[in-house]
Amino acid sequence: MAVSRDRLLTVFSLFILFSFLAYADSNFSHYTLRILQNIAIFITLAVSYNLINGIAGQFSLGPNAFLAVGAYASAIFTLSPEEKLRSFIIEPMLWPLSVISVPFAASLLIAGIVTALVAILMAMPVFRVRGDYLAIVSLGFGEVFQVLANNSMSITNGSLGLKGLQPYTNLWWSWGICVFTVFCTLRLVNSSYGRAMKAVREDETAAEAMGINAFRIKTLAFAFSAFFQGVAGGLLAHLITTISPSLFTFMFTFNLLIIIVIGGLGSTTGSIIAAVLITWGGEALRFFEEPANLFGFQYEGIPGMRMVLFSVILILVMLFARSGIMGRSEFSWEGALGWIKNKLSVMKV
Amino acid sequence: MLLDINGLSVFFGGVQALNKLSLQIRKGEIIGLIGPNGAGKTTAFNAITGRIHPSEGSVFFCGKEITGWPAPRIARNGIARTFQNIKLYEDLSVIENVMIAAHSSISYSFIEAILGVGRYSRDEARIKSRAYELLELMNLGELASEQANSLPYGSQRKLEIARALALNPRLLLLDEPVAGMNPTETREFGQFLLTLRDNLSIGVGLIDHDMSFVMEVCDMIRVIDHGIPIAWGTPSVVRNDPKVISAYLGTDFNGAMDNHATN
Repeated sequence: MAVSRDRLLTVFSLFILFSFLAYADSNFSHYTLRILQNIAIFITLAVSYNLINGIAGQFSLGPNAFLAVGAYASAIFTLSPEEKLRSFIIEPMLWPLSVISVPFAASLLIAGIVTALVAILMAMPVFRVRGDYLAIVSLGFGEVFQVLANNSMSITNGSLGLKGLQPYTNLWWSWGICVFTVFCTLRLVNSSYGRAMKAVREDETAAEAMGINAFRIKTLAFAFSAFFQGVAGGLLAHLITTISPSLFTFMFTFNLLIIIVIGGLGSTTGSIIAAVLITWGGEALRFFEEPANLFGFQYEGIPGMRMVLFSVILILVMLFARSGIMGRSEFSWEGALGWIKNKLSVMKV
Repeated sequence: MLLDINGLSVFFGGVQALNKLSLQIRKGEIIGLIGPNGAGKTTAFNAITGRIHPSEGSVFFCGKEITGWPAPRIARNGIARTFQNIKLYEDLSVIENVMIAAHSSISYSFIEAILGVGRYSRDEARIKSRAYELLELMNLGELASEQANSLPYGSQRKLEIARALALNPRLLLLDEPVAGMNPTETREFGQFLLTLRDNLSIGVGLIDHDMSFVMEVCDMIRVIDHGIPIAWGTPSVVRNDPKVISAYLGTDFNGAMDNHATN
């Protein structure tokens, strides 16, 4: 009974979410819609990044590489042959790629699959090491992909980047993919595979002694997370319509790391909450950078002030709330309803 | 013959942690592996279960050579173990700890898990009810949803055994299972181990420092000292072996006792 009640509540809240989006789509400003799409993409990224860092406990710093691979893969496949001919002015594009053009949905799928394959290849060198070494190796790969993107002129157009992408990404694509990612991730985490990932995080030796092939489980988590990061990369590319190697710097990884740490490493719910807070907050805090008149004092506005504020928040979280917003706990209807009931009974008294 | 070890040696650089250990465990037998601290007992377990690579010798399990296999593969073949310094998945619940050990028995792919179709629900239900059964067996049924590291020490040891049993092992290797238990708990555990062996008809290898416990439950005992096997036999034979006594208490046994008395 509880299961069907929870399912009903979930479907109902999804209905509310999409009704809100429908309302937003026709009533909100272009700027607000852009933020909403950014939020969806960042939820997708954070939830999948949390799978490898929080659930499987492998401190990878490579999502900017996956994002870049996904963005390029999907962009290369949606650009029309004419557009490619126009863009690749220094070196013409490699033959089969230069004439292929597929629908957006197919390009997202390709982006996901290509990125997951890259992750599987990367897993071999990356998972030979653990902990800090793993972080350094994956960080290195992030840089490697930037260099590759800059230098493979006939595939990525080098530092000129890819221009003139169609703005296919809209509210429905970004939120649809976001909900799909969260759904898949939660299903995986609650299955035996998810438990095996947690076992590897908690104690790799004990996991291996219980018959779990740690390398395979880590690779699964890595590829799964890369798949969705690749898809998110495709979404992002068709949201901003111009991509270049300099877009996918380590700052992206750093932002995602802030999100999953503030949300609580290992909690999908936490990743979602923090992704909303940070993405929306990043925009809301812009007024710190604008000139203002504070109680008669003229404040000139300092560009970059937001980042200072973010750093302060991160330091405070690390000092006082190391487990983040959610710790490792997850949202459940059981808990939420219990909490509401509790509040109501307090109000009656 | 369940487990057949021949001339198993482990060198760490120049240090001989284990030197030519031979040991046989039959189905339905409890074999003790004892020796003073640093004798190489845990090293022997680690070499059998693939956690470290043996330098020499061979390990046969059910007639198949498993020497140097990776640990997960050995575990899946039916050798389960516990650890001297308990290694639970601390942040997970008690029931999850046990369910994890059944991971190798699932037949569904991760795609089926995501879609929730196929063998997914049936396997999950099977794993879960089996885990509850094992927790009941270890008297941990009521603690199923507790976090593993919130359990008292003795219960953590029991949970580790429940987890090892979830692998459906044919051989169970216990590294100091009664360390930290009081005499009553130890006696109960000894009884439990005997019924377990009879009911599941598995082989058990056992390391412990509690001699009365070891002497009571073990059919045969192998004694090692500084990595070198020094004695093999039934509890009563081992107990009176002068080499064993000197290994534990020093060669000058009487002199040591005299010194102790004068101090």
